[in-house]
Amino acid sequence: MTPPTPSAAAPLEVTDESAPASPAPATSQGNESRSPGRLAWTRFKRDKTGVVSAGIVIFFFVIALAAPLIAKLYGKDPYTTYASQRPELLNAFSYPAGPNGGMSSEFWFGIEPQLGRDVFTFLLYGIRTSLGIALAATLLTCLVGVVVGITAGYLGGRTDYFVGRVIDILLSFPSTLFFIAFMPVVYGLFVADDENIPTSLRAVSLILVLAVFGWASLARLLRGQVLGLREREFVEAAKVTGASPWRIVFKELLPNLWTPIIIQSTLMLPAFVTAEAGLAFLGVGIIDPTPDWGVMIQRGAQFYTEDITFMLFPGLSMVIFVLAFNLLGDSVRDALDPKSKR
Amino acid sequence: MLRFLVRRVFGAMVILLIISAVTFWLFYAVPRDPAMMSCGKNCTPENLEQIRKNLGIDESIIMQYWHWLAGIFTGRDYGGYGYCDAPCLGYSFANNEPVFGTIMNRMPLTLSLAFGSAAFFLVIGVGAGMLAALKQGKFLDKFASSVSLLGSSLQIYFVGYIAMFFLVSQLGIFSQPSYTPLTENPAAWVSGLLLPWLVLSIIFTANYTRMTRSQMVEQLSEDYVRTARAKGLSRANVFFRFAWRGAMGPIVTLFGIDLGTLIGGAIITESVFSLQGVGRLAVQAVDQSDLPMQLGVTVLAAGAIVFFNIVVDAVYALIDPRIRLA
Repeated sequence: MTPPTPSAAAPLEVTDESAPASPAPATSQGNESRSPGRLAWTRFKRDKTGVVSAGIVIFFFVIALAAPLIAKLYGKDPYTTYASQRPELLNAFSYPAGPNGGMSSEFWFGIEPQLGRDVFTFLLYGIRTSLGIALAATLLTCLVGVVVGITAGYLGGRTDYFVGRVIDILLSFPSTLFFIAFMPVVYGLFVADDENIPTSLRAVSLILVLAVFGWASLARLLRGQVLGLREREFVEAAKVTGASPWRIVFKELLPNLWTPIIIQSTLMLPAFVTAEAGLAFLGVGIIDPTPDWGVMIQRGAQFYTEDITFMLFPGLSMVIFVLAFNLLGDSVRDALDPKSKR
Repeated sequence: MLRFLVRRVFGAMVILLIISAVTFWLFYAVPRDPAMMSCGKNCTPENLEQIRKNLGIDESIIMQYWHWLAGIFTGRDYGGYGYCDAPCLGYSFANNEPVFGTIMNRMPLTLSLAFGSAAFFLVIGVGAGMLAALKQGKFLDKFASSVSLLGSSLQIYFVGYIAMFFLVSQLGIFSQPSYTPLTENPAAWVSGLLLPWLVLSIIFTANYTRMTRSQMVEQLSEDYVRTARAKGLSRANVFFRFAWRGAMGPIVTLFGIDLGTLIGGAIITESVFSLQGVGRLAVQAVDQSDLPMQLGVTVLAAGAIVFFNIVVDAVYALIDPRIRLA
């Protein structure tokens, strides 16, 4: 997974530098009726690239959510091996009989070689699985990163030192290698050695493992921000008036941290999508009968020399999604943090 | 400088120690018996006991870890396999080969892959980024920025196969990627690895272009650049003598991270191009529950990351005299 993981770390580095320069839009200068959020929204609406890519990203999430509905209207499912009922769909070498991977009005995206499943529904459900896992992992990672980062920054002292060292170590882990080594361990915690691993457990384990190795960079970033905010007057004022630490963290600090949190999560989600697919590709994540972006690419890799069409659908759709999400992330950053340069 | 190095190397040792301990613990967190696996079908209790002794797993986990650790520095005596010399990482559970030797055998390929592609993506990426910054807002800038945006959204497991399909099976421009040692036949070394290098650099280049561009743009708007220009220095002179130094910091950091990761084994790349490097070894070791191999590769990969972190900080100080290493 070389590309996904390092590049997951790389963009985080970029914002590390731009974000601290702008301590969140806490200062509304006399524009009574316009909150910082509104201002950002107005800026975002003016950005055409951002709006288009937001549309594409929303489209992906909608088809992921509506996959069962679409499959029902379309009349097929991703598990049935259509070729076993109708052998004429595949030729003598088990490759789609029709041109372009067997694309037709009946099978829109063609047929899978060998097993003869329907590519369209398989991709649809695959996107559903991949996005679901990536979204859950992003939420969990943000939660852990935010809690740990703020706590370390706010408490300081020994907690901060300890958390800092843990982050150092986590960031030195060869992450792909640990994903691979860690997955069997997480499975082992839940099921005995020779039992089958249910898909839901695979998904949960993936989310856990991605989050365990993902929170460190967000926590480090937020810790730095909190260190700066902690000394500001409004926190002082809250302390003097006797606010509890919980109140200070949630009502005083957190609202000032939404910008970096949102920016980081827009970088995180596509990185998790590609990391998850990479693990499935290596055979340690989601595995075959379950539809998944990475599983499709792995299947496609087995017969790419004969039928490249099957590979193109998951590959291109993933490129489009990741590209749109990256563009969206840039626009969101520009909207929330207009001073940052990229 | 010396104090800095000593402190950082010490810190690195601690991190490696922790990472190896975690790997050790992880391995045994799943109940399994490596001796059972290498013992085979007709396994008598005596056989099993002997194998345990040979593998060095007849002790408690903590003692095993201690012996493993000691073996790296002093060598270690394995009853069945004889003595294992100083940087001893043990013998593979799966095929009884010495771990250190196996990794060293695979290393040239991984290093070739890493440094070869690094040369490409560093030169192309930084070059394109600098050009884009020079021609800010012009066609070249927009072109470079769009290409790099697309590049950063590509994945090796997709681009790799697409490239293989078109360039190897359809057009036959490249041969199937393979590895020939550089010392044996430099031409074959290049031609065998050229495709993986190019594909890897497509993906990595993007980050460098984007970062170089934004850093250079930022530097060019600094006061010192304006001063230098006002003093009458030419644009090129300012650009190549001063501005790039200020811009290189984050790029060096990124390069350090990437190089460290690549040397730890480009796992997916090696799978895509069917190359037998350290990354494949790691996947294999996990598949076969081969603890010594898994440990060896992990420590090596983490070591590469930590090592390049230190190098990055030292290089930082060299190119930016404002930074003092304390």
